[in-house]
Amino acid sequence: MFIGLDTAPKLSVSGHQTQYRVGSEAATSVQARKKVGSRNVSKDGADSARMQWVDHMRRIRDAQDKAAFSELFGHFAPRVKGFLIKSGADAGLAEECAQEVMATVWLKAHMFDPSRASVATWIFTVARNRRIDILRKQRRPEPEEMTWGPQAEPEQDDVVGLQQECELLSKAMQDLPEAQRELIQKAYFGELSHSEIAQATGLPLGTIKSRLRLALDRLRHAMK
Amino acid sequence: MAEKIKHHLTPDILMAYSAGTLPEAFSLLVAAHVSLCDACRAEAESYDTVGGALLDDQNLETEAMAAGSLDATLSLIADGRIELPKTPAKTDATFPAPLQDYVGGGVSAVKWKPVGMGVKQAILKTSSEATARLLFIPAGAAMPDHGHNGLEMTLVLQGGFQDEDDYFARGDVEIADSDLHHTPVADIHEDCICLAVTDAPLKFTGLLPKLAQRFLQI
Repeated sequence: MFIGLDTAPKLSVSGHQTQYRVGSEAATSVQARKKVGSRNVSKDGADSARMQWVDHMRRIRDAQDKAAFSELFGHFAPRVKGFLIKSGADAGLAEECAQEVMATVWLKAHMFDPSRASVATWIFTVARNRRIDILRKQRRPEPEEMTWGPQAEPEQDDVVGLQQECELLSKAMQDLPEAQRELIQKAYFGELSHSEIAQATGLPLGTIKSRLRLALDRLRHAMK
Repeated sequence: MAEKIKHHLTPDILMAYSAGTLPEAFSLLVAAHVSLCDACRAEAESYDTVGGALLDDQNLETEAMAAGSLDATLSLIADGRIELPKTPAKTDATFPAPLQDYVGGGVSAVKWKPVGMGVKQAILKTSSEATARLLFIPAGAAMPDHGHNGLEMTLVLQGGFQDEDDYFARGDVEIADSDLHHTPVADIHEDCICLAVTDAPLKFTGLLPKLAQRFLQI
C-alpha cells in the first residue's frame, strides 16, 4: 500500500532513474532505498517510481511546480525526442515537437487521470497526437472526454491499482522475445500500417493479452 | 453511454488507433464509436498503456535535448503559444462529439447530396488515404449490392440496418472486407444515418450501380 503520496520528497532525476532500473533486483534495491532515505518505498521500486510521476503531475497541476516539471522533463523529454526521431522526424523537428509535447503536458495537467493512465502512457498519447499532426499532417479525431463531475479526484486504490498494472505490463513486455518486442515497437513507432498489424501473425497480442486484460478490468472499473 | 452495442471494433483496429497509424477517416470512425462504447474505450486505453510502456522502456534510445530546452519549454508554457484543442462538443442524439467537429455541427449542418432512390451522402474532409462519408438511407430502402476492394467500416448513428447476417443499431460497427458481398437494408421504422469509411473504392455488381459509382465517388 502506498502512503507516501502527499509527502513524497523531491528526488533528483538521476536518483529516480537508478531506482527504476534496479527495481527487480532485491540486493541493489535495498541500496536504492537507503539512498532516498525516509521515503515510503514499496517492495517494488519501479512501482513507486510510477507513483512518483503521478505526484509530480499533481504538483504541476496544483502548484505550477517548476521543480517537479524540471524532473519530469529530464526523464521524459529525451524519450519523446527519441520516439519522434524513430518515427521519422529529423533532430530539429523532434526537438521542437518534444518541447511542445512537454509544454502541453503542463498545460493539460488537469486532464491527467491517474486511475486511467500512467504518466508515461499519458505523455505517449500527447506525443503520438503531435506526431500525427506534424509528421502525417492529419488531424487526430479524439473520443468525447468522459465527464467526471466537478473536481472529482479518483479513488486512491484505483490509482495505485492501475499504476501497478502498468508496471506489470511493462515487465511482461520486457520479457517478450526480442523479435516480438520489435514488432510491437514497429507498430507503435509508425513503421507498420493497420493492415500490416492485422496480418502480423508474430504480433504477440496474445502474450501480453492477459496483462492487457487486467489493465482493461481496472479501466472498466474506473469508468463506472 | 447507455447504448446497447453488440458489434464492436477489433483489437487490431484499436491497436492501430492507439499507435496512431490509422488513416484519418478510420480514426474518425473509431473516435466516434469509442465515444458511444465504454468497452472499446477501455480497450483502446489499454493499448495506450502499451505505448506508454514502450516510451518508458529502459532500452529505448533516448535523444538528448538541446541546451536550454527546458527554459524554452517553460517560456512556451508562459506565453500561451501552444494551441490546445477547444472545448469539445457534446455527443448529441445522432452525432458523437468527434463527428460534430468534422460536420461543423449536428445533423442540420450536414451538406447532403442526393445520390438517387432517396439515398443521400456527404463526404467529410479527411486525409486522402481513406474516405469518410455520412450516408442517409430512407427507412426500408436498400443500399446497392456491393462488395469491397479494401476495408469498409460502417457505424450506425441513427435507425438501423439489416444485412444478410445481422442487425446493426446505433453505435454498432459493421466491418467488411473483400470477402463480403452484402445488401444492407435500412430498418423500416426510421431513416438510417451511418458513417461509412473505406480505404478502396467499392465494387458494385450491376451496370447501373457502376455508373452511379462515378457520381457517388465511391
